[in-house]
Amino acid sequence: MPDAQIIPIDGERGRQPESPSSPALLRALDFVRRRLTGDYEVDEFGFDPEFTDTVMLAPLRPLFESWFRVELRGMENVPEEGGALLVANHSGTIAVDALMTQLAIHDHHPRHRYLRMLGADLVFETPFIGEIARKAGHTLACMPDAERLLLADQLVGVWPEGFKGIGKPFSERYKLQRFGRGGFVTAAVRTGRPIIPTAIVGAEEIYPILGNVPLAARLLGLPYFPLTPTFPWLGPLGMVPLPSKWIIAFGEPIATDDLAEAAADDPMTVLELTDVVRERIQQSLYRLLVERESVFG
Amino acid sequence: MGRVVLVTGAARHLGGQMVKALSRDPQVERVVGVDVVPPRRPVAAAEFIRADIRNPVIGKVLQATEADTVVHMGVIATSVQAGGRASMKEINVIGTMQLLAACQKAPALQQLVVKSTSSVYGAGPRDPALFTEDMSPKHPPTSGWAKDSVEVEGFVRGFARRRPDVSVSILRLANFIGPHVETAMTEYFSLPLVPTVLGFDARMQFIHEEDGIEALRRATVQGVAGVFNIAGDGMLVLSQAVRRTGRPSLAVPGVLLPVVGRALAPARLVDFSKEQVRFLTYGRGIDTSRAEEVLGFRAQRSTAEAFADFLDGHGLGPSLAESVFDGADNTVKALSGGGRA
Repeated sequence: MPDAQIIPIDGERGRQPESPSSPALLRALDFVRRRLTGDYEVDEFGFDPEFTDTVMLAPLRPLFESWFRVELRGMENVPEEGGALLVANHSGTIAVDALMTQLAIHDHHPRHRYLRMLGADLVFETPFIGEIARKAGHTLACMPDAERLLLADQLVGVWPEGFKGIGKPFSERYKLQRFGRGGFVTAAVRTGRPIIPTAIVGAEEIYPILGNVPLAARLLGLPYFPLTPTFPWLGPLGMVPLPSKWIIAFGEPIATDDLAEAAADDPMTVLELTDVVRERIQQSLYRLLVERESVFG
Repeated sequence: MGRVVLVTGAARHLGGQMVKALSRDPQVERVVGVDVVPPRRPVAAAEFIRADIRNPVIGKVLQATEADTVVHMGVIATSVQAGGRASMKEINVIGTMQLLAACQKAPALQQLVVKSTSSVYGAGPRDPALFTEDMSPKHPPTSGWAKDSVEVEGFVRGFARRRPDVSVSILRLANFIGPHVETAMTEYFSLPLVPTVLGFDARMQFIHEEDGIEALRRATVQGVAGVFNIAGDGMLVLSQAVRRTGRPSLAVPGVLLPVVGRALAPARLVDFSKEQVRFLTYGRGIDTSRAEEVLGFRAQRSTAEAFADFLDGHGLGPSLAESVFDGADNTVKALSGGGRA
């Protein structure tokens, strides 16, 4: 691929041959060199921080800043270091809310932490999406991976409503769905890492689901086939999200280190804690909805 | 009295290296290599017996040598080496059955070490990032070498139940790589145009050939029973590994990979079986902490270092790209330096 290597150099050279920007140019050159010769590192999950910073998060930034105008609350509740499990409500037909949360923490947390999210197996089965998800640091939602990440002091994100959350009809917006089997609580208790209940307002309105076509979903191997006011009627244009106003609120951490490790195997404790987390997120959602004056405001 | 170790698959590269490593060990008195063909480079300090493990003769060999330890390295990974898939399956599965039957009747036997592979974990989208030895595969292998290895491990577990007095260890090794070893993966990375799977980027671990032999030697000498994952530290993703070879790659949809692969690699050892395509699609990771804690083994070379040594040994590497970039670097420096002056 020699052409790909030479084009940017020529462009830059033509513009500013003598400017002090040449160290930047050398850095850019070095970046392209490292990428093209494979000289970068990935962790055991396949996380590629350089790719995440440059390729993956950059295009989301305008969406975050200008389109959804995301407002952040309680960033101080996200720990500066150590493992923690961020649990949030899921909505919006596709998992844009998860991506926005990752960007929020990467850009606005004092330590610019990476959020390592736990995704459904469908994500990792799907070409390109699975590849990008792994490179962005995400992994399959399963107990061994959740524990491994938490024990490695990573900030882990989970959306326990899963497809039930993002695929629910518009009429049920902001009503939390069932929280799986509480697997995420077990992981947090077993590793003694805190849970950060997180509420996301705004994602419900980006693609309001008015109907579902189960037959199309089955044919395409998808969990649902959404009908929104714009999709599929407007074709690709229907995939442009509505510019709703977003608020992401990180709640006070719920400590789990005071529980004995054996509590993780006690279904009662796990289900109770799951309910506490769910209730905190639901209350926070109601509060934020009252505060937000209008959907697009 | 020193130990007597019998090594199967001794004529092939890794088996030969194992024979060599054991013959240097002071605790080992005698090393007996067994294979159907004579070794290309015989090891002076070791004996070699030409015998087929698919055949009851192996029992007589065990009895005659009074071996107290058997290291089973006779499982073949690619059908080309075995002369066809049917013959490969017979060597792997029937050979192991016959060997274990002989082992069961060998009263002197105290220890069995089996070289297995991390491919017994299969590969797929529902896999955890890293497999520990206790996890069962989410996508069990259905064909080829990986399936043979699953069967071999099954026989070995059966043997361990019937001979509880024998210490049995199974080493699940990641893909071997290095300057000398020839495997489906080393052949794959040596292709002039490397076909990859469109839309996926498999995670891979490698074990340097010397490290892999050291792990097997340690398991043999220490006699620690159990199953151990063995791999170099760290991961490479496929696209990254291919870039490090300096060879161009061609991404094709997974279903077309066998066809494209065979067209690009006629008459080579490259494997594009169903199982291998799954590995090239989803990749796999194994957790090696048990080997470190129990066996005291940690690979000297990381996955990336082992891969680099393979590249050096084969004269591969992104030298063209590097020289283009060096040239570009110098141009930029010269231009900006000239501008300032």
